[in-house]
Amino acid sequence: MASSSTSCLQRNDWVCGEYLTTRADLIASSALEHVVLTAVSVALGLAIALPLGVLAFRFRRVGAVVLGASTALYTIPSLAMFSLLLPFTGLSATTVVVGLVLYSLTILVRNVVAGLQAVPADVVESATGTGYGPVSLLLRVQLPLALPTILAGVRVATVSTVALVTVGAILGHGGLGDLIYSGLRTQFQAEVLTATVLVVALAVVADLLLLGLQRAVTPWQRAAR
Amino acid sequence: MSAVSDVVDWFADPTHWEGPGGVPTRLLEHLGLSAAALGIACAIAVPLALWLGHVGRGGPLAVNLANTGRAVPTFAVLVLLAIGPLGFGPGSTVTALVLFAVPPILTNGYVGMREVDRDVVEAAKGVGMSPWQVARTVELPLAVPLLLNGIRLAAVQVIATATIAALVAGGGLGNIILLGFGTQDQAAVVAGALLVAAFALVTELVFVVLAGLVGRRPSPAVAEP
Repeated sequence: MASSSTSCLQRNDWVCGEYLTTRADLIASSALEHVVLTAVSVALGLAIALPLGVLAFRFRRVGAVVLGASTALYTIPSLAMFSLLLPFTGLSATTVVVGLVLYSLTILVRNVVAGLQAVPADVVESATGTGYGPVSLLLRVQLPLALPTILAGVRVATVSTVALVTVGAILGHGGLGDLIYSGLRTQFQAEVLTATVLVVALAVVADLLLLGLQRAVTPWQRAAR
Repeated sequence: MSAVSDVVDWFADPTHWEGPGGVPTRLLEHLGLSAAALGIACAIAVPLALWLGHVGRGGPLAVNLANTGRAVPTFAVLVLLAIGPLGFGPGSTVTALVLFAVPPILTNGYVGMREVDRDVVEAAKGVGMSPWQVARTVELPLAVPLLLNGIRLAAVQVIATATIAALVAGGGLGNIILLGFGTQDQAAVVAGALLVAAFALVTELVFVVLAGLVGRRPSPAVAEP
């Protein structure tokens, strides 16, 4: 459309192939940081949410406290969350991960509890009747049956974590959010749009991969349908 | 624990409570932006959700909109609007806030209307009620708790997004955090974050009380903090 004598970088176009080719390394490293921050946060969140969820399921009073506290945490805006953690972990990727883990707990603990509650009572009874102890009942009957609900929670937590990582830009560790933040200050349109599209694409790809995992590890769900 | 006393000192300093950058002004800005956005979002989404729910159409749209909203980073949308056609200022901020407030209201309002027992609706039709009477006197009262839950989620989302808006267009409590980052004043960052968190938690509490008045506990949060 515009004359080809000036480059799309000079014209500050929204879509610019030259931006992609000249900044490929930066885009790739930002995207990688984005993936790592998301994966570490959701993995840590799940590692904490599983025991917490089991406790909340076993002891109703613990459950009320855990669910209440995590809902309150989720209410705190992300910018404030990262800022509140600043005195403890400083301007680091750790601060971003701790904040993201806290947010993921809200979704994950809720789904672990919901999944365990949905296991039919007669299944639990017959397993107990055939000699399952409390631990093997949990590990070999209840948790596997709760898996679809838990994985559904992992999908929701992952998608929202991918979006939230961008706010980590305030600490200098926002993955693709760093590009959006620097594009904001220089009004660099191609940088902002490219990074935004990549964040949304990452969320979609992560969601589809987890959906595939969910189907692969719970084949009985498909058979039932 | 000098960090704690620094924050206490920050709150005790009278200069932080006066002028255009003072806490009361920033609080009013935050409240104004949030209330305007929530009001506009309700004006758009409430009638639409109730109508779609009443006629039973657009279900996939209402549900998918909420899921898509979660994948799109609020920070990115704020920046795109600000460096795009709307420019830096309250116009971009309120537009972004409305965009993210509409999906939860739409989804919950729609589900609220559809969850009304079909037998009850049929009975109401059977005794000769017009579609309008069915919607107003049967479906709407039963849908109010979920609709209110949607507005609560939207409010939490709006407050969080309004905080991030300080990064982009200025204004609101997020500005106190941002100024703290700019001047490497950790006490100001933490004080601002505490104010934002308190504001969000009080808002949540108001909705919990409201939900208690209409007699149903709120369901899981799905907004992006």
